[in-house]
Amino acid sequence: MTLDHDILVWFSKSFGLFYLLAMSLVVLVYAYWPSNKKPFEHAAQAILQDDDKPYRG
Amino acid sequence: MIAQLTKNERQVALLILLALAVVGIAMAAGGRHDPFGAHGALVLLAAIVGSFAVISGYYAPEPPESRLDSYYDDPSKAGIILAMIWAVIAMFVGDWVAWLLVNPNLTFDAGWASFGRLRPVHTSGVIFGFGGNALIATSYYVMQRTSRARMPDQLTPWFVLLGYNLFCVIAATGYLMGVTQSKEYAEPEWYADIWLVIVWVAYFVLYLRTLARRKEPHIYVANWYYLAFILVVAMLHIVNNLAVPISWGSAKSYSLFSGVQDAMTEWWYGHNAVAFFLTSGFLGMLYYYMPKRAGRPIYSYRMSIISFWGITFFYMWAGSHHLHYTALPQWVQSLGMTFSVMLLIPSWVSAGNALMTLNGAWHKVRDDAVLRFMMVAAVFYGLTTFEGSFMAIRPVNSLSHYTDWTVGHVHAGALGWVAMITFGAIYASVPWLWKREAMYSARLVEAHFWLAVGGTVIYVFAMWNSGIIQGLMWRTYNESGTLAYSFVDSLVAMHPYYIARAVGGLFFLLGAVIGLYNIWMTIRTAPQAAPETAADRPVLAGGAVLQAGE
Ligand code: HEM
Ligand code: HEM
Repeated sequence: MTLDHDILVWFSKSFGLFYLLAMSLVVLVYAYWPSNKKPFEHAAQAILQDDDKPYRG
Repeated sequence: MIAQLTKNERQVALLILLALAVVGIAMAAGGRHDPFGAHGALVLLAAIVGSFAVISGYYAPEPPESRLDSYYDDPSKAGIILAMIWAVIAMFVGDWVAWLLVNPNLTFDAGWASFGRLRPVHTSGVIFGFGGNALIATSYYVMQRTSRARMPDQLTPWFVLLGYNLFCVIAATGYLMGVTQSKEYAEPEWYADIWLVIVWVAYFVLYLRTLARRKEPHIYVANWYYLAFILVVAMLHIVNNLAVPISWGSAKSYSLFSGVQDAMTEWWYGHNAVAFFLTSGFLGMLYYYMPKRAGRPIYSYRMSIISFWGITFFYMWAGSHHLHYTALPQWVQSLGMTFSVMLLIPSWVSAGNALMTLNGAWHKVRDDAVLRFMMVAAVFYGLTTFEGSFMAIRPVNSLSHYTDWTVGHVHAGALGWVAMITFGAIYASVPWLWKREAMYSARLVEAHFWLAVGGTVIYVFAMWNSGIIQGLMWRTYNESGTLAYSFVDSLVAMHPYYIARAVGGLFFLLGAVIGLYNIWMTIRTAPQAAPETAADRPVLAGGAVLQAGE
């Protein structure tokens, strides 16, 4: 099978659409997953702390 | 600087410099009278200077263990100064190029000063010299803070920073000698490209190693943007620069691609350079420095993640909007157009997220020019992406393409967004890095701010006007069905706008010069013995020390 123009077009128009939709879905689910809310909020707040030293626990 | 390296690192540094010197000698010998040989001499010189520096500090005592109690910031400091020096040089050349378009005699009959050679010195100088150094410097700063971990070693950050600057110098001096592979934003020839790959891989690995040491469970979103910048630029750079040199002793090479494939590869690279160099990395900057400076967390963390993936997915497909009405298949053009329009959503979500973060802190924006730099950057980011999505629509592009409208769009993004956010981040970090209360002069920051805003507005409006007039003149027909204006007619019409642009650019340049002076004076004035606040002490083992306001 040669990889000609028509095959490439067919591939991008079918598979291309679905994998982009699937990836968007994954991202949305990840962003809105309830248990992710707390780490996100912590991360957003944590950068505002002012201790300018690495943590060496 | 050498005193901060461990014995082992000093030895490795010498080995690297030795290898560099050998490469330099081989290039100089193989290249002889070719510019390749001149670059060999330059590489050799860099290696010799570096070796002297390492040897002179070689017997200094090793750095104390206590260094591990602080972040490693010296490379960030050096990177910021380098960025500002590049800014002044490259914007000076930019303004020179602008005056050249007003008066073509300003080349003074020298080959190296012709438009075609100075222009890439400007574009590479601002994008890679100024922007790149600022990105490296701030990324070092941000990755350590957000991970609460020090960089894994002292040598790699210097290798990346200095190696990168060697690349920039090779690029700029090459253009002046006429060395170019004539791909826009990817002009440097094969040997410089190979060197950049080495430096860039070291940068990527350094970033990952620092993140691997992180003490925060979640990787803060700014790091995602910086990492996307590093990873995607590596990909783009390697693919677009695949080429075969005509010999080992020559600067000239031929690209692996030709014809429309070459054009598509180049603009896949070019547009994603806009996306991942001029946008993603600077968004990383925005997501750290703006909340930090405003003292407020990012408005919606979720949205910052969603727009991150939106920008990453969509930009990849948008490059073909640079090739409307060309030999590129129509459906590829339409694909690029569609993705460009969709790009508006994540772009505006980012800009809106930034502005909403400031909502409630407008009094700070009013009083603090540094925060105002960042706010203006977010506004221009919104504006430029709206304009870009619009220009990507094929019929609109038929008017804007080849005209100064594109140049106006570029500088709305470059001056209004990239340079503004960078200046904001730099002014924020300089007092933090050098442990000063504030910048040397708040009034000079204020002056810089207004020069920058004024210069940008003049520049962008001049180019919008000029571009649209140009575009309309080129498509005006008279009754007999022939073009109404000659090209020279349109040149004459552009002349006043070119003067305005060059003046606006001069304002912008002056602002950058003031900024460099202000930073220099901040560093030079002795630190006030600032009372050590509770926040300045290390976090004790076990660590949950609550800060005021938490
Ligand atoms: C002092 C400020 C500046 C001045 C006076 C200036 C001037 C110019 C001029 C005259 C050109 C050539 C336009 C043409 O060929 O018709 C140009 C191109 C360009 N400049 Fe600037 N510039 C400035 C700052 C910047 C900054 C800060 C950046 C990026 C961060 C930048 C990025 C670019 C780019 C990417 C191009 C190529 C545009 C294209 O090919 O469409 N410039 N600039
Ligand atoms: C949604 C976002 C954006 C879209 C859809 C977009 C779209 C476009 C389009 C359609 C062109 C003209 C292509 C042509 O006719 O040749 C262009 C050129 C350009 N844009 Fe954007 N743009 C966006 C954001 C930005 C940003 C934020 C910057 C940052 C500085 C930027 C920098 C540039 C540059 C440097 C060029 C000139 C390329 C050349 O040398 O020809 N763009 N963009």
